[in-house]
Amino acid sequence: MLDFLYQPWPWYVAGPIIGLTVPILLLLGGKMFGVSANLRHACAACNFGNIEFFNYDWKSAGRWNITFLVGTVLGGFLGGYVFANPEPIQLAASTITDLQALGIQDFNGLVPNDLFAWDMLGTGVGLTVLVLGGFLVGFGARYAGGCTSGHAISGLSDLQLASLIAVIGFFIGGLIMTFFIYPIILG
Amino acid sequence: MKFSEYLKYLLIGTGFGFVLVKSEVVSWFRIQEMFRFDSIHMYGIIGLAVIVGIISVQIIKRKNMKDAEGNPISIPPKDASQVTRYIVGGSIFGLGWALLGACPGPMFALLGSGLTIMVIPILAALAGTYTYGLLRDKIPH
Repeated sequence: MLDFLYQPWPWYVAGPIIGLTVPILLLLGGKMFGVSANLRHACAACNFGNIEFFNYDWKSAGRWNITFLVGTVLGGFLGGYVFANPEPIQLAASTITDLQALGIQDFNGLVPNDLFAWDMLGTGVGLTVLVLGGFLVGFGARYAGGCTSGHAISGLSDLQLASLIAVIGFFIGGLIMTFFIYPIILG
Repeated sequence: MKFSEYLKYLLIGTGFGFVLVKSEVVSWFRIQEMFRFDSIHMYGIIGLAVIVGIISVQIIKRKNMKDAEGNPISIPPKDASQVTRYIVGGSIFGLGWALLGACPGPMFALLGSGLTIMVIPILAALAGTYTYGLLRDKIPH
């Protein structure tokens, strides 16, 4: 049993569990699942400059979701720190070859230590990945009206056409970045 | 919100964060692998999550089920006529998703796993969200 907590979970175990988040939140609280709304709630809590988009009662709208997010951090601590898998991720060999060609050396852990480190903030590559990447995720999620959880999981679960279009958009941007822009950034 | 409500959402969120890490969805490497179509891993996870989601949402709707407080469950429809918003906004999100290798949930799960540098992308994502609020009336939807 303890082994199971340390080991990585295969996709056919993890996928259905992630999918169950949707009915669990609907049945236990009548809530529609989505993580990026929290970023909006945080902006609404501050709302510098009194922007209309952030003028709403974020406490009544977002308390449950912010609590959920605190849980996500805690779950990350349990899964990635307390019960961390000591082995490197079993990536496809072709991905490793591709990434090595782009200069990624360290394949231990969940993210490459070549990129995700505090001293990378002083470099163009680090600023691009960490700051521009985060900015585009935040801007794009709100522009598209949701992120991976809100559209790809919740929206598609409810067969919403809007979410299907958004997910197609996610892949258009993701493929352009992977095949055309990332080689330039890491080049 | 009552204490038990906080506890409820905290526990569901904890389970969510735990499975995000155990399934390696939070991994930059897995996202690179997904966009290169090199493995079934991420597609299997998203695909099975959606199948389980669709089946359960259909059951909830057809049986007119109520939530734990006895309120009818209603899912607000998204306006699919705003195609620009979903394609352009979605593509901008996708550029960031591939670049950072993490979407909003994983950013926070990674922070919890001890990767303190994730504070920076989270702050940048807040700046992005704020910028959207600032420009919302000036960009096409």
